Parts: sequence; C-alpha cells; structure tokens
Amino acid sequence: MKSLNGLLIAVLATFSLAVQADAIMIRGANVHTMTGDGLLENTDVFISGGKIQRIGKDLPVPQDDVYVFNANGKPLTPGFFAGITSIGITEVSAVEESTDSSLALQEMRPEFDVAPAYNPNSTLIPVTRIEGFSFTLLDANPQGSIFGGQGQMVMLDGGYESFIGNPVLFISVGRNASSLSGGSRAAQWMLLNQAMQEADSPPASTESALLTRAGRGTLSAYANSGKVVFNVDRASDILETLRFAEKYGIDLVISGGREAWMVATQLAAAKVPVLLDPLANLPSSFDSLGSRLDNAAILQAAGVVVAISGADSHNARKQRQLAGNAVSYGLPHEAGIAALTSNPASIFGVAEQQGTIQTDKPANVVLWSGDPLDVTSAAEIVVINGQLIPMESRQTKLRDRYFPENPEMPRAYIKPQNGK
Amino acid sequence: MRSKLVVTMLSSLVGALLISSEVRAEDYPSTYAPLQSKPTLITHATILTGTGERLDDASLLIADGKVVFVGQGEAPANVTTIDAGGRWVTPGLIDVHSHLGVYASPNVNANSDGNEMTNPATPNVWAEHSVWPQDPGFSRALAGGVTSLQVLPGSGNLIGGRGVTLKNVYSNSYQGMKFPGAPYGMKMACGENPKRVYGERKQLPSTRMGNMAAYRAEWIEAQQYIDDWAAYEVKLADKKDDAEAPKRDLRLETLAGVLNGEIIVHMHCYRADEMLTILDMAKEFNYRVGTFHHGVEAYKIADQLAENDVCGALWADWWGFKMEAYDGIQENIALVDRPQGSCAIVHSDSAEGIQRLNQEAAKAMSSGNRAGLNIPPERAIAWITSNAAKSLGIENQTGSLEAGKMADVVIWNGNPFSVYARADHVYIDGALVYDRENPELQPVSDFELGQLQGVSK
Repeated sequence: MKSLNGLLIAVLATFSLAVQADAIMIRGANVHTMTGDGLLENTDVFISGGKIQRIGKDLPVPQDDVYVFNANGKPLTPGFFAGITSIGITEVSAVEESTDSSLALQEMRPEFDVAPAYNPNSTLIPVTRIEGFSFTLLDANPQGSIFGGQGQMVMLDGGYESFIGNPVLFISVGRNASSLSGGSRAAQWMLLNQAMQEADSPPASTESALLTRAGRGTLSAYANSGKVVFNVDRASDILETLRFAEKYGIDLVISGGREAWMVATQLAAAKVPVLLDPLANLPSSFDSLGSRLDNAAILQAAGVVVAISGADSHNARKQRQLAGNAVSYGLPHEAGIAALTSNPASIFGVAEQQGTIQTDKPANVVLWSGDPLDVTSAAEIVVINGQLIPMESRQTKLRDRYFPENPEMPRAYIKPQNGK
Repeated sequence: MRSKLVVTMLSSLVGALLISSEVRAEDYPSTYAPLQSKPTLITHATILTGTGERLDDASLLIADGKVVFVGQGEAPANVTTIDAGGRWVTPGLIDVHSHLGVYASPNVNANSDGNEMTNPATPNVWAEHSVWPQDPGFSRALAGGVTSLQVLPGSGNLIGGRGVTLKNVYSNSYQGMKFPGAPYGMKMACGENPKRVYGERKQLPSTRMGNMAAYRAEWIEAQQYIDDWAAYEVKLADKKDDAEAPKRDLRLETLAGVLNGEIIVHMHCYRADEMLTILDMAKEFNYRVGTFHHGVEAYKIADQLAENDVCGALWADWWGFKMEAYDGIQENIALVDRPQGSCAIVHSDSAEGIQRLNQEAAKAMSSGNRAGLNIPPERAIAWITSNAAKSLGIENQTGSLEAGKMADVVIWNGNPFSVYARADHVYIDGALVYDRENPELQPVSDFELGQLQGVSK
C-alpha cells in the first residue's frame, strides 16, 4: 500500500473509524443542492442519524462523535442515478444462471417483477456505488414479449430491503418488439389495445386471452396509477405511444428516445419525461436514423424533463461520462447534474429519498475530486441512505493485490482487508 | 531450418513480391492517395508529440502531406497559419480494434459481415472483403480525431482471418482507404467465444484445451506448407523436371505469413493464464504475438507482456459481461503501462468507443494516477497514437509528430484528456478532412443522405 498516494491512504484509513461515527460533517463544499437553493458555495453539510440535519456556513459541531471532512471547495452533489440497470439482478451477463433480469416466455406477463431476485451482495453494487452512484432502477427486459415486466428503484447501500418508490412497468415497442408481434409493429398496438381491454373487462373465453388473471390485475393497476416506461426510439412510434398513454390514462416515461428531439414539442406538451443515452449518435437501426449528440440539449431546451440512462449494468459508472458528453453538446452543466439526480428521482417518485440535498432528508451525497461530470474526477466520499460507504469493491481489492511489484509469496497471500 | 530461399518464397505467399522471378503485384492493392493539402503552420499550440514529449507554446509545420517540423522552424511564405492560442495538438488517433465497415450501421443482418463462424479456423477470410466503405461510423470516428484504424474480423473463431488497416477517409472502395504499406494483421481468439460457438455445435473446440489443440494443428499444417514450397523452390533452382508447385491455399498462405513474420498476430484473450499459454505456443511455433486484445487480466502479467514485447490493447473500464471478463479493474491500462518497455494501448471494439478514445485514455490515466502512478498526458497519449501505430506495424509512417511522418494531426479545443474535449480540426496526410466549425468539411455517408426528410443532417 506504500505506493498509493496520500489521499487514497487517508480516505481508506478513515472508514473503520467513520462507520462507527454517528455523524458526518462535510466542511466547505460547493453544494449542488438541486433544489431552488441552487449552488451553495463554501457550505457545510451536517449529517446525523442518517439524515441531513443542517446546511449552512460555519456550522457548529454539536456532538463529540463526528467525523469531519474538509472539502476545500470541492463539489458535493446528491448521489447519482445509475440508470435503468440489472445491478443486483445479474452477476456475469453471459453466465445465464447468474442473471434474472428477463422472463423468456412467449407470453404477455406484465405481472413479472424482478425485485424478488435482487441480491444486495452482488459485486456490482460496491463497484458502482464507490463511483458516486446511490440508486438505480431495476430493469425488466422484454425477451419474448412486448411486456418486460416490472422493476423498482433500489438504493445501493447494500441492504436487503433498500427498495424505494413503487414498481414501474416496462413495455417495448418498435423494432425490438416487432418480432414478438407477428412481424409488424402495427400489431404491437393491436395487442397492447387488446391487453388493456382485457384488463378492463376479462374476456368471456380464456382461449383468446392474452393475459393471466394476475396480468389483468397488474395492467389494471397501472392504468390507474404507477409509471409505465416505454422503450421506444422512432419519432412516429413515440407519438403513437403518447396517443396510447393518453387513451388509457397511463403515466408515461419514454426510455431510449433516439428520435425524441424530433417530437420535443409534443413531449413537452404532454409533460412526458425522457430517459436517454447521450452518446447514441449512430443510425444503429431504422428506428434511430435521427440519433444525435444534442438530443438531451434539444429536449431540455423544449421543456422536457431529461434523465440519463445508457450505460451497461457492470459499467453503470459510465453514466457520469454520458452526462458530461451531453453537456459538451449543449446541455447546461447544472441540467447535466439534474439528469443524474433530481430528474430521475422526481420522474420515478423517489424525490423524498434521492436526488437533492435538503435538510431532514435521508443523506445521499457524494464529494467529488473535481467536476462531477468529467472523466478525470472521482468520488472521494460517498454517503448512501445516511451511511458512509467504504471505498472498496472486488475491483479495488484486485488492484491492491496486483499493485505491489515482485512479492515474495504468490499473490493469493495478499488479501487486502476491509477498511484498512 | 528455414532458409533465406524460403523467406524469399514466403514473400510471394503473402502477395508481396516474387514467384520464380516474376513480379506479381500486391493483391487488392491500396488505391489510397492523400487528398489535396496546403502547407499549414500551427502556432502557439500545446503539442503532445506521441513520443513522450509535451511542448508548450510550440509550432508545427505540415506540408506535402508530411510533418516538416515540430517545435520551432522556418515556414515558407505561402503557408496557411493557424494560431492555436494554447489549444492542444496531438497525432491523429489510431484504433487497433474496430469493426467499422464489417459490422456497419445500421446494425441489420444484411450488414453483419464481421465473423465467418462456419469453421473454427478461417485464416482464409480477409476482413477487407467485408468492409462497407459507406458505414456512417467512419464519419463519427473522424469527428473523434481517429485518422487510422484496423478493422478486424470477430472473435467467434480461433483464427478469424486477416484484418486491414485503413486511413479514415471516405472512398468508394476499401482499397481507397487502405493504409499504403501497412502489414496485414491476423485475428485470433482465446477462451470463451470459440469454445462456446463450436461447443454448442458439438464440435472441436468445446474446451480451452480444445482451443489449444486446434491452433496447434493449424500451425503444424502451415509449417508443412512452408516446407512444401521450400522443397519446390529448391527443385526449381536445381532445374529438376519434377518441380511442381504446391497448390495455393489461402488458409495456409495467411498462416505462413504469420510464421514468416510478415503478418502480425492480434489475439483476443482475456485471462492472464491463457495469455501466458499463448506465449508458449508462439515459442513452440516460432512466431510472435503482436498484441493481446481486450486482456481484461493483463495487469496480472504486465511484466511478462513487456518482457515478450507484446502490446496490450485494452478497455478503460469494461468488465463482467462474461466470466473471463470478471476480474476487470480500472487500473488495467496504467498497470500494463508501468514496466520498462511496455506497450499499453486503448482500443475500442466499439462504434461508440472509437469516437472517444481520448476520453477512454483520460479515464485510464486518471485511475492510474489515483492509484499512485504518475502518468502525465504526454505519456498517456501514446496509448492512442504511437503505441497503437507500433501494434499495427505503421510506427515508421504515423502515430507521432516527427519530421517526415505522415501529417495525421488533431487540433483539440483544449486538453484532450477531458469529457469536454472536442476535435476542432483533423488532418490526414496534411489534408484538412474535418472542421468542427465548417459543415462542408464534415463528411456524410451515402446511407445518411436524404433520410428523415433532411431534418437531421
């Protein structure tokens, strides 16, 4: 460990102490509150009992057992959104028995819900959270059906019960789903309409039914309340999705949205938010010929609420780079941070827990070495759900095992310890 | 055991030179010609030369497609001067692992030409014969400062076929992009992919030991092919009546080119132990592995890679998508870069990643520096320029800003090691082929022309 730099040693050394400390004082940070208070320069944030207790200048330290960090003007943001991922649902993508994110049945099963498969002991959770990410939306991939099923927001504190908000339903239309609907995307709408009608009134004969009894219950519930995420890219398909959502009173979120900028006005008027990948600029399919790097900037300027989602589950930490590129292509910097914090939190109804730095709110904050959207910066301190996160993962341990040069014994004897 | 005669003969096998004193032209030759350029002087620039140097407030003169000087010097009277005003200048970026053209956009089955997965060993296929020069991806890579790239076959096969190195200039043909004089590469693959693809068909290889047995059988055949040609050449030289040329075999021709040292091996390999096994196989058959690609565990054997003069073409942060990628760490590139004589490279293997090699390098550099290594930008730039050129065998032509080299140059809007970095100007062989401020100097592929009622471009 000698060769690690001073900062890393200092940060690593703090954890065994800090975990025991009841309270955390972050002094002199540039606090991106992501509320109406905006950016508060050189400001202290005091965390105790899992909550943000006070935000202000020169705060007193009200108790003994407080861990104090001097931020020296570095940025402090809310914990970032890792996007729609399978973190905790998948371990190794190509190892089938370690992945549970999709239901490979050729049936419509909107009642499928990935949450019971969530495993907080997955290595993906530490790998992701030490990069400044505090929450993710668990995906339900459609594999064999237009309906992916349901997922839910989860905090990355490693708890078994860390779900927040309500489940959301995933539906895919367009290119990806046309093979699931007799080869025509027009049939997707035919089937979706039929499913909604079944949810409203069960078919007389079960022979022609698309849905199970449970599926009807699920769809019926989403028609009344709850978010439905439509994965859709092509401009005309997005407009069709808006019509469908309006017809059934569905609370709609667009995901993908490669050509969303082409219908930005309609999305803004319908107050439908968009989750997108700002790096997507190739005509990678006939649904995404309009892909462009300033999609986020155009949508934001038109008044659409934008959130970032595009990195793979294992590399969800790349979300910061995605937001940085959106800023490089015209999204205002603060909107880039919002697209990773307050926007996804408010879109999915978890703003009470995530997305802003406010007093009396659960503490989900990250102190950054520099610009939180630049690839050269890193998270230095991560607090999730009030807990100071050890800056360790299976990857940091592999690094520390292989960093020393020419060890006497095989590296299997080098076992980097927790919190040391 | 291989004589000088054999070496001469082998030159013909790789399509380069002579068979029995007859001059045979290069097959599928490059028709690339540099575009028109004018002498250009870039002043007041922060120059990363690609040779490990950083020059502040320096000048760069390019003329007749070549670098004339770097630093200070005399410029001709008719020169076009660009005041960089402190902006950064680097060599054009090089991606050693791309599938542009062979897995083109749009990603439809009809454009999926990158992997001839009908036999575990297909050294007879050439990626260039699949390259669609209208792939919109080339223009996106150009906007990211990429001036040269190697297009490789995929990794479903143990031996995937020949790769081709291209200049990133649109043309009606791949020949019009083909990097003049660049050696061929040959793609090979370790591990999970070949054994999965063929194991599912209940054929060799279905295991890692099967992978090894199959490669070795190929090399043995190639050695025999070389010996057969050598025997023929001896008979021919002795004017023996029964001198009969062996039948030309495209598979063995490529493998013989590797054993002869004229074709560079690019080996897809993730696990440290497998890479060491492959290095032993290279000793067994007396060939060189040029570059290990992907090498998610390369950090575990960084010293051995440097000792064997093998490059590691790696990602900054990919991991976990399959079992052999489970041990990925963000310090991989920096640790591979650490030993004396190392050759660390940032590669993309991605139509998205190739657009942001500078950002990938920035992540790798920052991760290394946070771990306590001291990697300045003038060193890290080699990962996407000069080390990549070395991997492709084009280091004498490009990859660094030195007098006499190809004027493949990028002017960035600032420090390229940032998420906000953008290429302002890209020059290939001295010609300005991309200008961020001038839409007329931003190429558009045939495919994208006239789409979406013209609203998007």
